[in-house]
Amino acid sequence: MSSDFFIPDPEGQVPSAEGYFGAFGGKFIPEALVAAVDEVAAEYEKAKADPAFAAELEDLLVNYTGRPSALTEVPRFAEHAGGARVFLKREDLNHTGSHKINNVLGQALLTRRMGKSRVIAETGAGQHGVATATACALFGLECTIYMGEIDTQRQALNVARMRMLGAEVIAVKSGSRTLKDAINEAFRDWVANVDRTHYLFGTVAGPHPFPALVRDFHRVIGVEARRQILERTGRLPDAVAACVGGGSNAIGLFHAFLPDESVRIVGFEPAGHGVATGEHAATLSQGEPGILHGSRSYVLQDEDGQITEPYSISAGLDYPGVGPEHAYLKDVGRAEYRAVTDDEAMRALRLLSETEGIIPAIESAHALAGALDLGRELGSDGLVLVNLSGRGDKDMDTAATYFGLYDQRSDEGAK
Amino acid sequence: MAGNLELLGSVLAGAKDEGRAALVGYLPAGFPTIDGAVDAMTAMIEGGCDIVEVGLPHSDPVLDGPVIQTADDIALRNGVRIRDVIRTVGEAHARTGAPILCMTYWNPVDRYGVERFAADLAEAGGAGCILPDLPVEESEIWRKAAEQHGLATVFVVAPSSRDERLAKITAAGSGFVYAASLMGVTGTRESVGQEARALVERTRSTTTLPVCVGLGVSNASQAAEVAAFADGVIVGSAFVKRLLDAEGDTEAGLAGLRELAGELAEGVRTAR
Repeated sequence: MSSDFFIPDPEGQVPSAEGYFGAFGGKFIPEALVAAVDEVAAEYEKAKADPAFAAELEDLLVNYTGRPSALTEVPRFAEHAGGARVFLKREDLNHTGSHKINNVLGQALLTRRMGKSRVIAETGAGQHGVATATACALFGLECTIYMGEIDTQRQALNVARMRMLGAEVIAVKSGSRTLKDAINEAFRDWVANVDRTHYLFGTVAGPHPFPALVRDFHRVIGVEARRQILERTGRLPDAVAACVGGGSNAIGLFHAFLPDESVRIVGFEPAGHGVATGEHAATLSQGEPGILHGSRSYVLQDEDGQITEPYSISAGLDYPGVGPEHAYLKDVGRAEYRAVTDDEAMRALRLLSETEGIIPAIESAHALAGALDLGRELGSDGLVLVNLSGRGDKDMDTAATYFGLYDQRSDEGAK
Repeated sequence: MAGNLELLGSVLAGAKDEGRAALVGYLPAGFPTIDGAVDAMTAMIEGGCDIVEVGLPHSDPVLDGPVIQTADDIALRNGVRIRDVIRTVGEAHARTGAPILCMTYWNPVDRYGVERFAADLAEAGGAGCILPDLPVEESEIWRKAAEQHGLATVFVVAPSSRDERLAKITAAGSGFVYAASLMGVTGTRESVGQEARALVERTRSTTTLPVCVGLGVSNASQAAEVAAFADGVIVGSAFVKRLLDAEGDTEAGLAGLRELAGELAEGVRTAR
């Protein structure tokens, strides 16, 4: 029996040789990066064919990350979901606290195979940055993380974690000072230092081969969850749900269920203050096809093709693009994408905390809010599987401020 | 109306006949103001530029350093639209008779409509386009439109481009080839290294198109150094910086552009 841990694109679910999923994807990059991106693609093809690569990755995922991650039923939470059964895939229990470590360990192994000594990465909420800094510490690689200045403020704990792990964190002050601008700055670094540097891209966007490569390293989420839920309930879920920013945790969960026609696949995007206000990052629901960060996908843009500034309370979802495979799944109708507001996500965050003793990341809380609606739509026979992509420790300051949890007296005492 | 691809070719050939490299200057449209950009480009040509590249400012200029990012931000805050960029190309050409190219990222062109963009740029008198994030593999749709409308497709080659890719790129391009002097984003540099010379030589072995060198060139001595082995010298950030340094003093800014263009024009004439 083959392992769950690394089964890249089975059943021909691959992009074309040029990196296209239908009309989406491709490789829109400067000539100076073509050789480096081609090197990543070639090394990945070699690694896929090398049993030693899969074995080493499996060893890391089991003995370092702690896979397989648990599948937890949440009945008290589900009382608010129309009586449907709700299960959480516990990616929050991975080492470093989110799903991001799955992809990072795979790409860290590729970095070593390519003989590169330095890694750069972008991060929004800091989860990918922390995972990358962790892998760099483990592998002895030099590490620079780009993070929008606004995100360094709202996710200060993760900035400290990255620095503790020995990484350099650069606060990006251009543009909207969030994830999009961190990616811009990482690309600028890569062009100038490509000889010895690997850009450890953190989501299923970017130029080919990143959308397929990052997806393959996260497929383990859905492969495990599908097996676990069959063992526990004897059947497939009616719906699988995940939050979508760039879309890496979502594609990781969704992919194993694509051939299961009875399973609804639903992604939840950040509606911010509500899509009608214009202050949101609901790229698939509200955007239009365009090119951002190296591939064609849905993009939030104006009529001149200028990227518009996104907004979400969640730093990890605050991005005006999305992975091209999601764009493809939307257009062919295999997946549906809905938008969840800040307030809906924060209510779900508090509800899961109080009913189940699990504090989710604000990102993942978007999927939880969506699951409450899905459960009500499905009724008491329904079975919903949600990807709990990360834990909420990093969000405590945002959440405490949002809910007014800080002790007023001690605040005053500090003044 | 067909674009000015032929004019671009004849200006580059004219410089070659004079035994010198051509001088190509870059400024974004909408900077320092939407109308002031044409005056700025005119000053660059009066000062000695043979060709001007008009940047179409983008919200996410991934290949530009801080100087051009700052100018792009100013232009976008000024409300510059694609129609203003095309008008700027047209007016700069009408005023000076020089070949004017557009340089931009691919998404604005894709969004405006590839055929419509090529048609409008040619109608305005533009000579061609440089699209640095559109690799040759994705470029067929643009090249068809450019060819139909008499516009050049200028591809960028980099020190990391392998020989077989150079041949593929130069075979698809027209007008000239833009050789990036170094691996990096736009901006002024202390020196322009030997990498550029080697890349020009490798590029020349694949094409008869002129090869112009850009990235990092900011002064007369660098221009002279590059002009010794290239068909053209491309200067961007140094011009933008002159305008930024003028801090809104229009006359001082234009004088600064003329002065820099004059020094660079002198540089490309003293190389050999």
